[in-house]
Amino acid sequence: MSGAAAWFCAIDHKRTGILYLFSSLLFFLAGGLEAMVMRAQLAAPNLKLITSETYDQMFSMHGTTMIFLVAMPVLTGFGVYLVPLMIGANDTAFPRLGALSFWLQFFGGVLLYLSFATGGAPDAGWFSYAPLTEKPFAPGTGLDYWALALLLVVAGSIGAAINLIVTIATSRAQGMAMRLVPLFVWMTLVTSVMILFALPALGAALVLLLSDRMLHAHFFDPTHGGSPLLWQHYFWIFGHPEVYIVVLPAFGMISEIIPVFSRKPIFGYPFMATSTLAIAFLSYGVWVHHMFAVALGRNFIAVFSAASMLIAVPTGVKIFGWIATMWGGAVRFTTAMMFAIAFLLEFTIGGLSGVAFATVPVDWQLTDTYFVVAHIHYVLFGGTVFALFAAAYYWFPKMSGRMMDETLGRWNFWLVVIGFNTAFFVQHFLGLMGMTRRIYTYPDFPGWGALNLISTIGAGILVFGVFLFGANLAMSLFFGSLAGDDPWNAWTLEWSVSSPPTLQNFAQAPVVRSRRPLWDLKHPEAPDEIHV
Amino acid sequence: MGSLLSPHSPQTQSIESLFLLVLTIAAVVFLVVAAGVVWAIVRYRWRGGDGEPHQRFGSRTVEITWTVVPLLIVTGLFIMTVRAMVFIDAPQNSSREPDLVVTGHQWWWEARYPNGAETAADIHIPASRRLLVRIESADVVHDFWAPELARKMDAVPGRSSYIWLEAAEPGTYLGTCSEFCGADHAWMRFRLIAEPEHAFEAWLTRQAQPPPQVTGLAAQGEQLFHSKKCADCHATGGVGAPLTKGPSLAHLVDRQQLGGGIAQNTPENLALWLTSPQAAKPGNRMPGTSLTAGEAQALLAYLEALR
Repeated sequence: MSGAAAWFCAIDHKRTGILYLFSSLLFFLAGGLEAMVMRAQLAAPNLKLITSETYDQMFSMHGTTMIFLVAMPVLTGFGVYLVPLMIGANDTAFPRLGALSFWLQFFGGVLLYLSFATGGAPDAGWFSYAPLTEKPFAPGTGLDYWALALLLVVAGSIGAAINLIVTIATSRAQGMAMRLVPLFVWMTLVTSVMILFALPALGAALVLLLSDRMLHAHFFDPTHGGSPLLWQHYFWIFGHPEVYIVVLPAFGMISEIIPVFSRKPIFGYPFMATSTLAIAFLSYGVWVHHMFAVALGRNFIAVFSAASMLIAVPTGVKIFGWIATMWGGAVRFTTAMMFAIAFLLEFTIGGLSGVAFATVPVDWQLTDTYFVVAHIHYVLFGGTVFALFAAAYYWFPKMSGRMMDETLGRWNFWLVVIGFNTAFFVQHFLGLMGMTRRIYTYPDFPGWGALNLISTIGAGILVFGVFLFGANLAMSLFFGSLAGDDPWNAWTLEWSVSSPPTLQNFAQAPVVRSRRPLWDLKHPEAPDEIHV
Repeated sequence: MGSLLSPHSPQTQSIESLFLLVLTIAAVVFLVVAAGVVWAIVRYRWRGGDGEPHQRFGSRTVEITWTVVPLLIVTGLFIMTVRAMVFIDAPQNSSREPDLVVTGHQWWWEARYPNGAETAADIHIPASRRLLVRIESADVVHDFWAPELARKMDAVPGRSSYIWLEAAEPGTYLGTCSEFCGADHAWMRFRLIAEPEHAFEAWLTRQAQPPPQVTGLAAQGEQLFHSKKCADCHATGGVGAPLTKGPSLAHLVDRQQLGGGIAQNTPENLALWLTSPQAAKPGNRMPGTSLTAGEAQALLAYLEALR
């Protein structure tokens, strides 16, 4: 098979991985376009570029797209592509399940976008609070598309998670004990386990919602004894672990990239690995911080406040560990490393503003304001997306055999950094000034118009930066200089095979004795001892 | 719109101080992290050569330190948090009658007082008195938020939630719905008008009185108000059976804004509501009307007489 058919029928993990990455990029453009429509509408007070109905569809689709059709699949894609190569395996444990999972995910996305053509996209937000989602308040078909599309995404995510867990559990190279796996593999494993426990809650809630809408059940309908809060609990018991599901693999990427470009091993591997487990465990005990503005009882809320504060501790351990990795090293400023360094600062801002929401009374003021919008974008863009840019520059040579352009990379980096911070930092102030989320327009209150205009201009710069990334990607694919097997002088097993790897991956099964098998090969005089 | 940083009640003052504490801690931590990053970039940048730096794998002492210190910080913050919660939060199962019941509707706020008086959008309260306010919803989840005076509280259908609402001094404080509730979520703003006790009592008594007898053009308007079925949804004053489909129109002329803040309360804007409600506030729940210009004038006269 060749051409398109080869991609449609592909079961090789590398092809599946690239399909994930490519579809995520497509949906990233769609989600970005929706964001720009919103930023245009908000550029000045009382604008009427679009109606409130259109605006509601835009933010609902933007959130749903970026979480379910971009962040999750792009990280899964990197996992599916890299995990077998990093652990010395020739494919995932269940390649066909891997392919099926991708197509479920992808057609879930297609189904979601078909809603535009059939009378309107979903318009109740990515969180779709009941009873606004019940038939009397949402008579159109948008929410049915939303729920059905997400059911496909849920099934696909669970399939991919099972495949990755079994692969990591059973297909590691000889000698690669669990305490020796690369941190990206470790964090992908933890993330996959989290998916197994979090996504079914969403799946169940979606089935209940569809029952309400199509079978006249009343699970979330208070007028017939149902409970709107039941939806909130279901959604956030999925939704908060979800935040870590789309952040932990990014932590894994940073944990691979910073050591290589600092020329030092990761500082405190056992703390890095254990803190990931702590985050995963705690993430199931923090969901109510999305519901602090509901009167749920002081003691109940206090428990979730404590857990939400505690989760800052293992996250801090990681930040300090990455900085300590750079200290004493010989830091190389490649584009990948620059994105990784920027990640440290942007994500720290997002993490610290998160502590404000764990502080319950502060949450009572700031929740549902633009302060939250700023916070989540510092976590998910300043965190996850910055790490993804770093990962793209770092692993593109392995996937394509060619280097990405470093000069364009600099432009890409600086425009994204400037655009991102201009767009989102001011939103902290808007939130403090009382601007609530999800409003399609606002009165001419002092300062609001100016700050919103700044934010919109920043978003425009950001779009230009992302465009340069796309241009770099496309040009480098055809004209980039040849990469060779190991352009970064790195230490994990994927750099021991050709770029791009052959269908088989490893001609000879590798044997591993430490966390940095390629370091051992390159430095037979001083191989790594195993530091538990 | 007021701000978390301009508190006008003891409760919101305590939130502001807690926020400033969090901000200070965050700023210090960020500066530590940023200094660490900058030092790494400047001091440990690669200066050429092929040799590898000293391979250091970690330090148990350092790692334990940066686990324990943050742990101590969040423990302290948690204690402050619980103390503030106890101070700010109203009892959720008190037997005491609330001083005010606020109900969220798509897309307006209804306020009801113990004496039976009812108003919408402009909610009067006595200054310098801590009020127990019950928050409810008539349809979907809303959120009652006036950042200068009180914490926000979700209005969940089927549940009653309570907050303390207090204005330390007289004034007008802006508020808004803070939970996405559908097409006109952006225009579900309200004003809290805090008055000295005697002025508030006078207002409340006036508000509870039945609608006045009207004559002339206004009397024609009153007839239309019933024949055109306006009266099925809108109350016009007094303490009769509550009508909650649409906002009460008693003393409408006293209100500054229409439609949850979408327009100023002028005769022209009010006339637009009467003749073409969907043009006045697209998406709102008021059905279309079919009024001649003359009928609209009569209704306008009636609404202006409701004082």
